[in-house]
Amino acid sequence: MDKKITHKEPVNVLVVGVGGQGVIMVSKVLATICQEHGYQVKQSEVHGMAKRGGGVFSHVRFGEQVYSPTIPKGSVDVLLALEWAEALRWVNHIRPGEGTFISDTQHIVPPFACRNRKRGAEAGYARETSDQIISRVNKGFALDATTMARELGNERAANTVLLGLLSTTLEFSEDVWCDAISRFVPPKTVDVNLQAFEQGRAWAAMDHGTPEPVVHNDGPTPVVVGREEHEMSDFVQLDINPAWCKSCDICVKMCPERCLKLDDQLKAVLTDPDRCTGCRICEWLCPDLAITVHRTPEAARAAAQG
Amino acid sequence: MGRNATTAAKKIANVETKPLMGNEALARGAWEAGVRVAAAYPGTPSTEILESVSTFPKEDIVAQWSTNEKVALDVAMGASFEGVRSLSVMKHVGLNVASDALMSMTYIGVNGGLVIIVCDDPGIHSSQNEQDTRLFARFAMVPVLEPSDAEEALSYMSAAYDLSEKFDTPVIVRSTTRLSHTRSPVTLGERTEVARRDFDDNPQKNVMIPSHARIRHSTLIEREKNIAEYLETNELTRWEKADTSVGVITSSISYGYVKEVLPNASVLKLGGSYPLPEKKIRDFADSVDRVIIVEELEPAIENQLKIWNIKAQGKEFFSRMGELSPELVRDGFIKAGALPAEAGIADVFEIEPVPRPPVLCAGCPHTSSYMVLRQVEARVAGDIGCYTLAAVEPLRAIDTCVSMGSSIANAVGMAKSGVEEKPIVATIGDSTFLHAGIPPLIDAVYNEANITVMLLDNHTVAMTGGQDHAGTGKTLRGDETHRLNFEDVCRAVGVKWVQTVDSYDLGAMYKTLREAIDFKGVSVLISDRPCVLDPVKIKGPALAVIADNCTACQSCMNVGCPSISWSDEWFDGRHKVKIDTSTCVGCALCPQVCPSDAIQPLNRS
Ligand SMILES: Cc1ncc(C[n+]2csc(CCOP(=O)(O)OP(=O)(O)O)c2C)c(N)n1
Ligand code: SF4
Ligand code: SF4
Repeated sequence: MDKKITHKEPVNVLVVGVGGQGVIMVSKVLATICQEHGYQVKQSEVHGMAKRGGGVFSHVRFGEQVYSPTIPKGSVDVLLALEWAEALRWVNHIRPGEGTFISDTQHIVPPFACRNRKRGAEAGYARETSDQIISRVNKGFALDATTMARELGNERAANTVLLGLLSTTLEFSEDVWCDAISRFVPPKTVDVNLQAFEQGRAWAAMDHGTPEPVVHNDGPTPVVVGREEHEMSDFVQLDINPAWCKSCDICVKMCPERCLKLDDQLKAVLTDPDRCTGCRICEWLCPDLAITVHRTPEAARAAAQG
Repeated sequence: MGRNATTAAKKIANVETKPLMGNEALARGAWEAGVRVAAAYPGTPSTEILESVSTFPKEDIVAQWSTNEKVALDVAMGASFEGVRSLSVMKHVGLNVASDALMSMTYIGVNGGLVIIVCDDPGIHSSQNEQDTRLFARFAMVPVLEPSDAEEALSYMSAAYDLSEKFDTPVIVRSTTRLSHTRSPVTLGERTEVARRDFDDNPQKNVMIPSHARIRHSTLIEREKNIAEYLETNELTRWEKADTSVGVITSSISYGYVKEVLPNASVLKLGGSYPLPEKKIRDFADSVDRVIIVEELEPAIENQLKIWNIKAQGKEFFSRMGELSPELVRDGFIKAGALPAEAGIADVFEIEPVPRPPVLCAGCPHTSSYMVLRQVEARVAGDIGCYTLAAVEPLRAIDTCVSMGSSIANAVGMAKSGVEEKPIVATIGDSTFLHAGIPPLIDAVYNEANITVMLLDNHTVAMTGGQDHAGTGKTLRGDETHRLNFEDVCRAVGVKWVQTVDSYDLGAMYKTLREAIDFKGVSVLISDRPCVLDPVKIKGPALAVIADNCTACQSCMNVGCPSISWSDEWFDGRHKVKIDTSTCVGCALCPQVCPSDAIQPLNRS
């Protein structure tokens, strides 16, 4: 499986994560080390929206001569991910059958993933497990670096645990890494970060019973990991008794789906029955007991009507 | 074992270089070129340039944030009139704002060299459009230089000043997001002190009235020709002779992609892409079997070649939209037949990526403004800043967003249209208000529009990373200065109803907004709380959800706070929620909407 590589071909490391996690700090440490070893380095990222919880990535390329600042898809030698769903977003960019996959298994679930208001709905977050991924990459490490760092006393040192793993895949000596890390982390956190780095290296050296690597001779077969939904469909009916409604507006203000309003007569009415999830907040909060929520599972209703 | 990084890549001999981001290199280039005055208004991806200029000694160089891009360019122009080298920096859309000054300035020319760095944003990473500044340069007949990496970003700055002074013209140095934000090695030099030129007492040149301008226009046309001629032989234009079956003409960051993908082709690299050196291009075209032009965005080079009847292809293989990449350049060359078609690499995994759009921060003070606006069902004319993120669910309370400062005048027009369906509210950030919001506020008062303006004062330019402005009382270099008072400004232009409210007090926000809307005429509600991210990260004690009380009603999810997500517990078929203590800043907005009092300070829960 070994592929001869020419001197000129740069080494490509892709660092990914979520805004605020320190993707740029991690890639700066690497880029600095490469630079200090006399390599040409290009480190490319996009600032701006990045800080506000979006996905962030940074390309680091080093070698004798580096032209493009970005890494073409399928040419990533090491993917270093600070968060699990971000690792999955980029995993197909790894050089098939050759690259290394390193990821923290921690989940940062974006608010966007918790938006389905249907009963029974699961968060729209990645369901792929680390085994499913590790078994199909040439070399893979998936570990709960965040917990390791928390146990050392500083969750933010999770990045340095991952740097420890990364260091085992590149040529630079341990001292060089420790020196660079000490310069880049806040002075008060140098000790904990160096410990985190050691733990990362130690983890890489341990045998984790990684699943047998899959041989890719016959071409890759995509792994399909489904995302099941467990939505239950309800038939919801809102009974609003206008005679009892005194126009206090409480249900209108508190409805999480914003589907109630006061009509011309200042009586509460349902504006958008499709949005109503039957959560019963209005029923519970109405001081005059003017609202009753009836909820029948779709299946039961069909049976009753059938 | 697969490819091991250890065996790859050979080192280059000990060259004394420093890795700099494109933006830092541009700043260093300005300092080395002896620039005395630099002014800018922040805007991604250009912001770090002036921040970086401000790290050089005060004695060498003045570095200041201006109120907007036109002001920044006029300031630079003033310094140039006085005979010193000056710099103005902006993002691509900033040049639209500064364009009125530019279009006259190009007639006047310069005394001290004047360079405008404009950063384009192909791919629209963080902008409202992806206009191509090269077209603007052509329109203004101002030469444009396009560095392709940080090393050139630095060295082109001196070249730009030489060009500016030699040909009596402002010069645009065009960067793009990718170049601005890529760090690569740069050879550092020393600062050249440039002697001040005497003020040029010459009204025919410096005072643009019709009779003077008519004469200057002919100078401009002459200048265009002369610069093109200069670029014929100048080292900015580089002919890399190699395989002649394909000749590639390219500029900017695209050059790197071309070298990566088609390393053996002959390349004509244009360091200056307007005006173009016709003879050199003809010679190049004659020396190769076919010419392919690789340029990001518009066919600026290609169209000129068409006018000259030089056979070349470009946009039929490369898109006019978005950012180029090695992948896209490879695809383009394959389409052109310059590279053999290769079987695409099949994805090993079939993964549906988790959408992760940017969101307002946990505890962002803008949140409550849009929560209450949604409650009152207003027609909301929005503006540009972090708060534009409130245009999407769950806040979804912005109806329009055009350009900086548009909100207030858009609201005036909405009110004047005679449609009285909804209360009309303009929302505008503090920096945007100063940039372009004051003239429309004057207009609203003058023309008696019935609108409410919500001024979102988070004490910083947050979107671009937390810069200072006239309302923060601090300069770019961190010195104390006069702090503009927003209430005073509003009253001074004639607004009769002005009130300031704590953004974290949802009840007060709601009540005050209702009063502001009821007021007939222009009312200004100032929503006041510092940004939690910049200039200082604010972190208060976190809140927590008492799971037993949570009815999974999802009310707090409507805040859109990234610290709140679903827990593994369920109630009545829905997920209960949990708060991530490490990121919650304790703004206490979510408990204000929780109907079951389930959100409490961490230590009490
Ligand atoms: C003409 C122009 N210049 C600069 C920008 C870049 N930009 C986008 S939003 C913004 C400022 C936002 O500041 P503010 O209004 O205070 O809102 P905040 O981000 O702090 O919420 C800037 C400078 C732009 N989009 N257009
Ligand atoms: S950076 Fe500041 S203004 Fe922008 S979203 Fe975050 S808290 Fe809000
Ligand atoms: S208090 Fe609530 S809304 Fe505010 S930051 Fe914490 S979780 Fe988010």
